[in-house]
Amino acid sequence: MTKLITDVVCPFCGTLCDDLEVVVSDDGKELLEVNNACAIGAEKFLHSQAKDRLTRPRMRNEDGSWREVSYDEAAEFTAQMLAKSKKPLMYGWSSTNCESQVVGSHVAELVGGQLDNTATVCHGSTLIAVQDVGVPSCTLGEIKNRADMVVFWGCNPAHAHPRHMSRYSLFPRGFFTAKGHRGRTAVVVDPRPTDSANLADIYLPVEQGRDYELLSALRVAFRNEQLPDVVAGISKEKIYEVAEKMKNARFGCIFFGMGVTHSLSNNHNIDIAIQVTRDLNEFTKWSIMPMRGHYNVTGAGEVWGWQFGFPFCVDLSRGFARYNPGESSSNDLLMREEIDSVFVLGSDPGAHFPFSSVKKMNALPCVVVDPHITPSTVVADLHVPVAFVGVEVGGCAYRMDSVPIESHKVVDAPEGMLTDEEFLKLVLARVKEIKGV
Amino acid sequence: MQGVTMEGGKEKPAYRDACGIIELNPEDLKELGIWHGTNVRVASQHGWVIVKAIKATQGPHPGLGWIPMGPWANRVIDPNTYSMGMPTFKGVPVTVEPAPDEKVLDSLAVLEEML
Repeated sequence: MTKLITDVVCPFCGTLCDDLEVVVSDDGKELLEVNNACAIGAEKFLHSQAKDRLTRPRMRNEDGSWREVSYDEAAEFTAQMLAKSKKPLMYGWSSTNCESQVVGSHVAELVGGQLDNTATVCHGSTLIAVQDVGVPSCTLGEIKNRADMVVFWGCNPAHAHPRHMSRYSLFPRGFFTAKGHRGRTAVVVDPRPTDSANLADIYLPVEQGRDYELLSALRVAFRNEQLPDVVAGISKEKIYEVAEKMKNARFGCIFFGMGVTHSLSNNHNIDIAIQVTRDLNEFTKWSIMPMRGHYNVTGAGEVWGWQFGFPFCVDLSRGFARYNPGESSSNDLLMREEIDSVFVLGSDPGAHFPFSSVKKMNALPCVVVDPHITPSTVVADLHVPVAFVGVEVGGCAYRMDSVPIESHKVVDAPEGMLTDEEFLKLVLARVKEIKGV
Repeated sequence: MQGVTMEGGKEKPAYRDACGIIELNPEDLKELGIWHGTNVRVASQHGWVIVKAIKATQGPHPGLGWIPMGPWANRVIDPNTYSMGMPTFKGVPVTVEPAPDEKVLDSLAVLEEML
């Protein structure tokens, strides 16, 4: 007999779809089927069942080969490395639950760590912009029930957030949006005619890196002022047309992604996108929301927000929290060689940091806590595989609109494996002993 | 495909096949004198990498090359954060030249090669 588990929360992207159904074997050990998930989410669940999965920590030998060690030895090595370091970088914290993030920040406080999460290479620019100018936002439920116009700016939900459009932003019928897709106008702004652009009513092929100009032009158009014939590759007629549509919407939302956060002028692109939203609220109701990717990256920002007052780039080396992206951000710290050890949990800087930063990580003592073999493990001295959060252990995670959602465990982790939280607790206890607190 | 292969195991060849690529416009391929599926050497002032050139799946976008997020792209992007913490992942000028005899390495080897 198999068991059907309903209302499972997907641990892939920030949409946190909470309507998944998972079929597991009677003994609760094997995951057989995943329903309702997108292809990526389903793969995430099924990959936890991989037969070649690592189940015990492994330490690097002198010659580069690996040897198996116990969790206690792994915790001892990690605690010693962190306690001895003057400025350890503690990076990641996104593919894990808020409970682990809390224990992690306790460790960081004791060792004077540089806490940073994946926002630093993702929506870090957004967080800076939000602190600069504020953010008129709402929940995804409000979008579903009220929005009659949505703008996707520099994001490609068809690939990166596959169920975002069907659950919340474009297709669903809601309380005041009974016509679903037919009642909504969708605009896509992207230099590439993406698969999301194919679904849009209006597609604006902005020139690469010219988002600021186009957003600025929209602000001019809202005021019916004069525009040059072409701005950022878009004709002025088109800009006036879109501006007019936006002003006449009943409720709209701008969703934006890596297209604006990763281009030069990063946070300023978002500053002005927020100003556009603010302008629109003179005429009607508009919101703006970052398309946050990594499962619980929003949660990491929230947890540190309560604890330290800052969502990422938290420097605890002086015994109190300092925050200065550009100085206390992972890549800058690595580039300037200010770091003397690296602890990674719940993300993969090996694959997602510029190569020069990865090279610096390779030269330092490095512990990677991750269920997978990843490019980060290439530069690790110790690799600690743990249970999959969201699949083999539940916990609190935050959706992209900052709504906390309790996720469920669906299968047991392989015999004897620890969770992130349990491993961090071992490290915390040992660090306390070493520091004598 | 990019996301599915990432979740399916980054050490597997499927991840290399999905992300060790550069999407180019058909005209740009013609100008380089290569076909869809030819390996190319992509170089910027920050580094170089061998990837497979393919016809843009979400295009056309003349003059733009697109490499998915991953260690291949990260070997050529601009690591400078201009004092705000974010490396410049997009809009980095690159040159592309055919390298049909070179191999596209998997995600672990693409790092090991240069460490």
